[in-house]
Formats: sequence, C-alpha cells, structure tokens
Amino acid sequence: MTQITPLFKREFMGYFRSPVAYVFLVVFLMASVGLAFFIGQFFQAGTASLESYFVFHPWLFLFLIPAVGMRLWSEEKRSGTIELLFTLPVTPLEAVLGKFLAAWAFLCLAIALSFPMAITVAYLGDPDWGVILSSYAGSMLMAGAYLGVCSLTSALTKNQVISFVLSVVVCLVLVFLGWNVFSELLTGLLPVAAVDLLANFSFTTHFDAFTKGIIDPKDVMFFVSLAGFCLFLNVLAIER
Amino acid sequence: MIEVKGLVKNYGALRAVDNVSFTVRRGDILGFLGPNGAGKSTTMKMITGYLRPTAGSAVVDGFDVTRDPVAVKRRLGYLAESAPAYPEMTVLEFLGFIAEIRGFRQAAEKEARVRRVVELCHLDGVRRQPIETLSKGYKQRVGFAQALLHDPPGLVLDEPTDGLDPNQKIEVRNLIKGMAAEKAVILSTHILEEVDAICNRVIIISRGRVVVDETPDQFRARRPGARLDEIFRSLTSGDV
Repeated sequence: MTQITPLFKREFMGYFRSPVAYVFLVVFLMASVGLAFFIGQFFQAGTASLESYFVFHPWLFLFLIPAVGMRLWSEEKRSGTIELLFTLPVTPLEAVLGKFLAAWAFLCLAIALSFPMAITVAYLGDPDWGVILSSYAGSMLMAGAYLGVCSLTSALTKNQVISFVLSVVVCLVLVFLGWNVFSELLTGLLPVAAVDLLANFSFTTHFDAFTKGIIDPKDVMFFVSLAGFCLFLNVLAIER
Repeated sequence: MIEVKGLVKNYGALRAVDNVSFTVRRGDILGFLGPNGAGKSTTMKMITGYLRPTAGSAVVDGFDVTRDPVAVKRRLGYLAESAPAYPEMTVLEFLGFIAEIRGFRQAAEKEARVRRVVELCHLDGVRRQPIETLSKGYKQRVGFAQALLHDPPGLVLDEPTDGLDPNQKIEVRNLIKGMAAEKAVILSTHILEEVDAICNRVIIISRGRVVVDETPDQFRARRPGARLDEIFRSLTSGDV
C-alpha cells in the first residue's frame, strides 16, 4: 500500500501541471457562489447560514465531478500510459485508490476554497459553526461518492466523452431518486414504501441531514459504501 | 533468468500467441523477430505481466508472473512499443515518479538514480522540458531511461530503435550491448542487421508460433550466402 503515495502525488500534481486545475477551481467557485447569490437568495434570506450555498451542491456536482472524473482512466487508456502503469510494481487496487484519493483531495480543495463564504456570514451575523462544518463534511463525502461513480465509468471506456455522459446519467438518476418533484411523480405509480426505498439510494436524501447539522452514521456509511462499491467494480474493470 | 513456458493468448476466436516457450539467461541478448501481427508484442506484454495469458506462464528470477506479478514487475524493465509516458510531466518529474514507485524514496538516492539514467540516455539537454514537447527520438530515450532506472536484471524492449536516426540506433545498440553482461535482454525488432549486430540468440515467431530458435550464426548457415532478409522471408512467407 506504500505505492499509493507516489501515485497520489503524480495524479494530484498532474491537475496543476495543466490548466485543468485552475479552470475547474474558478468555474466551481463562481458557479457555486453564483447560484447561492442569484438563485439561492443568499443575502435576501437574512439568515447567517450557508444553507443557500450548500443546497445547490448535488446539482452542481452532477456536471462538475464527471468533468474531473472522466479522465481518470480513459486518458490512461487512450494515451497508452496504462501499459506503463501496469508494468510498474503496483497492484490494480493501489492504482485505483491512488488515483481516486488524488482526485478526491482535489475536489475537497475546491470545496474548502469557498471558505470566504463562511467568513462572510460570520462577519454579517452569528452563524452556527456546527452546521457549517457538518455541511462541509457532507459535501466532501458526497463528492467522494460522485467521484467513485465517475472513476468506475471512466474505467469502462477509453473515450472521455462517453465516460462523461455515462457518469452524468448515473449521477442524475441518483440525484433524481431523492428529489421531491420526482418522488411525487413516482408515488402515483408505486407504493409509498417502494418510493421511500428508492429515495434512500439518492445523494440528496443523505446530504440533506448534513446541511441541517446532523452527522448521522447512516448517511456517512451511504456515501462511503457507494464510493467503496464503485471502486471495487473499478478494480475488476481494469484487471485483465 | 526469464523462462517462458507454453504461453498462449486468445483474442476471442483468434489465437495471437500459440504455445511459445524459450529461456533467456543472464548475458543473453535475444532478438525477437517476426512479421507485424505475429505475436511479438503480445508475448512481451504477457512476460511483463501487463496481459494475462490464456494458458502457460513466464517465470522471472523464480517468480511466476501469473501468481506474483508485482515481484516480476520489480525485476523487469520494460520499454513498450510506443514508449508511453505522461505527456504533461517534464523528463525530471517523470523519472522522479518512476524512481519513487520503484522504491527509491530517499531524496539523495532518488536523485542519484535519476541522474544516472539521464546521463546514460543523454537526456541532460531536455531534462526540464515537458515530455509532450520532445521529438520521437527523445521520447524513446525517456522510455529507455524509465526501463533502466532500477537497474533491473531483466530487460524487455519492444522495438527500442524504432523511430531513431542511424546515429541514435547505433548508440542504443551500444548501450544494450554494454549492459548485457549481467542482464537477460529480450528485444523485438524488424531490422535484421540489428540481430547480427548485437544479439546472441534469434527467435522468429510467425502466426504466434516459434519457428526458429538458434544463434545468429546457425541462422545464417541455413542458406549460406543468402541475405538475412531472404532467409526471414522464406521462413515467414506464410504470414503474408
């Protein structure tokens, strides 16, 4: 497992060797803050909280995380470097974890860079820091689950466009299952118990509790096990 | 040192490699010849643990590649056909990554390893350039440097002189010859004069089968006076 360190380092630094990191960070911050300001009524709401900032994260991640995850394996396959990687002394599990952790660390950095929002609400009012911290933790965990899905779809193809589209579709389903507009639609077709069960597989259902300041082990486990399951399939997908 | 035992690889209904066996001892330079598509690269990819054989195995220094691929990968240096490398990294960054993943984590040791191969492969003039900006000859030498970095007991080189100019070809041949005393080397090539220049064994593979396994002198004695490529043609004409 010590082989993860050099893999992690190469992958993480790789974002900053190309414009990818800077474009992503700027777009992520502008989009997330812009949504909070102009649609989330961040200032008009008059409350010292970041709820209107975090509420858009499941939707924003839907497009931005596949953009980060699509290249993880597709690019290695397309450029042939996967042959280099797997003739170096690393196991598939180490390679999958090294790449995933690097991309996840990058996403966590992007989320953490929104800290001026927290400073703003602290300056304007007296926010509940527990809620803010649990929201950040929830957002980072959810990013990990999205990324697990994207890493898996990326391992299935050497075409980054296919990888992106597949990730968006899978993540879209996982977001929709918990969206109340969609579940009301489903209630007409399925029994309530079935709708509730399906909603349990949604990102939003499990993320909502975090934004209210509740860190429920159930929700943590959901994100961790979704990412873990996807990465397990990812290892199988790249083993030959 | 490298023992190949009955390797078979099927791609669907197509049998790309059919029961290939041979042994390479330390001090041997094995010239691996054959028409395009005869199964040379596939055999090499199975020896290095990149592809899983359908049947048979390769044993390197006592380690079976199907059972302990990481141990085999530690003992081999491999230059793949396209000399894959991460394009956005500079030569020094890339070789530094290879050093770390090969277990040279101490700064002084890592630097010494990288410096040695940079000198050996004459990469000093381009060491701070991103690999994507290098010419084909330099890329090939970066791939060569990467394969030699850990001073492995076995070297597997897939067309190491492909795309080099005549001067560089001679230089690479001298480099291989200079190291061969304590290494087992397998190199594939299309250039028959290369076999004459540096190899002490020839294997010709045609339609996935070994058709010749002898010394260059024995090979030449098959038809005294004939050019090497004429002998090659008569042995592999069934492929065309």
